[in-house]
Amino acid sequence: MFDYNFHWRPVMKSLPDLLEAGLLTLQVATLSMIIGIVIGLLLALSRMKKTGPAYWLATAWVELARNTPALFQLFFFGFGIGAFGIHLSPFAIVLAGLSFNCAGYLAENFRGGFQAIPDTQLRAARSLGMTAWQAHTRIIIPQVFRLVYHPITNQMVWAVLMSSLGMLVGFRELSGETQFFASRTFRIFEYFAVTAVIYYAIVKIVLGASRLLAMRLFRY
Amino acid sequence: MIEIRSLEKYFGALQVLKGIDLTVEKGEVLSVIGASGSGKSTLLYCINGLEAIQKGSVVVDGTNVHAKGTDINKLRQKLGMVFQQWNSFPHLTALENVALAPRIVKGKSRTEARDIAERQLRHVGLDDKLNAYPSALSGGQQQRLAIARALAMEPTYMLFDEATSALDPELVGEVLDTMRLLAEEGMTMICVTHEMGFARDVSDRVAYFHQGVMEEIGPPEQIFGEAKSEHTRKFLANVR
Ligand SMILES: Nc1ncnc2c1ncn2[C@@H]1O[C@H](COP(=O)(O)OP(=O)(O)O)[C@@H](O)[C@H]1O
Ligand SMILES: [Mg+2]
Repeated sequence: MFDYNFHWRPVMKSLPDLLEAGLLTLQVATLSMIIGIVIGLLLALSRMKKTGPAYWLATAWVELARNTPALFQLFFFGFGIGAFGIHLSPFAIVLAGLSFNCAGYLAENFRGGFQAIPDTQLRAARSLGMTAWQAHTRIIIPQVFRLVYHPITNQMVWAVLMSSLGMLVGFRELSGETQFFASRTFRIFEYFAVTAVIYYAIVKIVLGASRLLAMRLFRY
Repeated sequence: MIEIRSLEKYFGALQVLKGIDLTVEKGEVLSVIGASGSGKSTLLYCINGLEAIQKGSVVVDGTNVHAKGTDINKLRQKLGMVFQQWNSFPHLTALENVALAPRIVKGKSRTEARDIAERQLRHVGLDDKLNAYPSALSGGQQQRLAIARALAMEPTYMLFDEATSALDPELVGEVLDTMRLLAEEGMTMICVTHEMGFARDVSDRVAYFHQGVMEEIGPPEQIFGEAKSEHTRKFLANVR
């Protein structure tokens, strides 16, 4: 009833390659989060203005990012703009797709965070002679970051896992690399089992790092 | 000197200030009293440009607050403000709360800003709380922190918007004492307040606001003793 013979040797032999691909996964997820946070902040601020082209652009972005499959968003940067003669490298496709997605989700978190800060905080900062920029970067945004710290961490985990879609646009991150070896050796179960463990480890490392960072950042 | 001329302020269709004329000289302590909704807070916001105005003018030491070319961030350094909700910055320690603006707005070095902050925190009696976060401070301490934070910019004028109204009764005294101290030191102050004792004892003049109009202004003895306006007398009879 169960006559599959496990062969772990091939997987173990390519473990260094898999780990390296894991680093690539972590790298593309981290970069997309950095870009996503910056753009997400801008989207949130644009959406709070309620009028003007920036509001509409930001709203369209958030709606598309949150209400269409992440895979389609990746395909858009791969095949979609490819149809217009713009060809990105697989890395760039995944980075763009993930950043687009993360920015959309984070924008809504940030918006909620901005609304939770009493507007008297901004008044107090401005009354001290701070510019709007200073008041936001020194007073408002640090408090917003604390409020949305957990959603940001969740989004980072999501970015790590979502990057596995990269294998469908030819990106050899962890899943792509696994797929490559698995199809060459036909040890499909073994490869994906080991890769699942690596993903699990990456997520745990992300969560642990996030907790450490929180202890350093939020003393209050 | 703060010169307010024919100031009118609307929120949409609602007229909140209906032509205010008021001059505050250096060294003066002015208390502003009046019922809730009479436009007292709005007046302070119009003085430091946190609210735009529709008519008239506010001139501080010769600079028109609401004129296009005015560097409002520079002007606000002259106008310290303390709010009803004390608005300490919760992510910064007491010391950082006070040192931040001198450093990033005035360009002081870290050590200079730290010295200023320590001096002002000592000034308001918080020298033992330098490294405390606001969440560890009482309301009265947070309000004194807010006063120190405003003083650290070395303002010429201090605007107080019901600085004690949100405090538990037993904490009101320590904040009023701090305000008294400032008055004694010669600070020019405009204090919106419901503390009639403070208004009577500390102010040079008291202004009574009624529905967006400054009904009456004069020395405390006049306002509290022989107010001319019916509204003023009624208001004072009710708060006492
Ligand atoms: N941001 C605002 N938008 C609309 N109306 C406001 C705003 N701020 C104050 N008001 C209105 O202006 C009037 C005066 O308010 P305020 O200056 O706060 O009075 P006071 O400080 O004397 O209690 C009130 O009717 C209040 O509802
Ligand atoms: Mg008020």
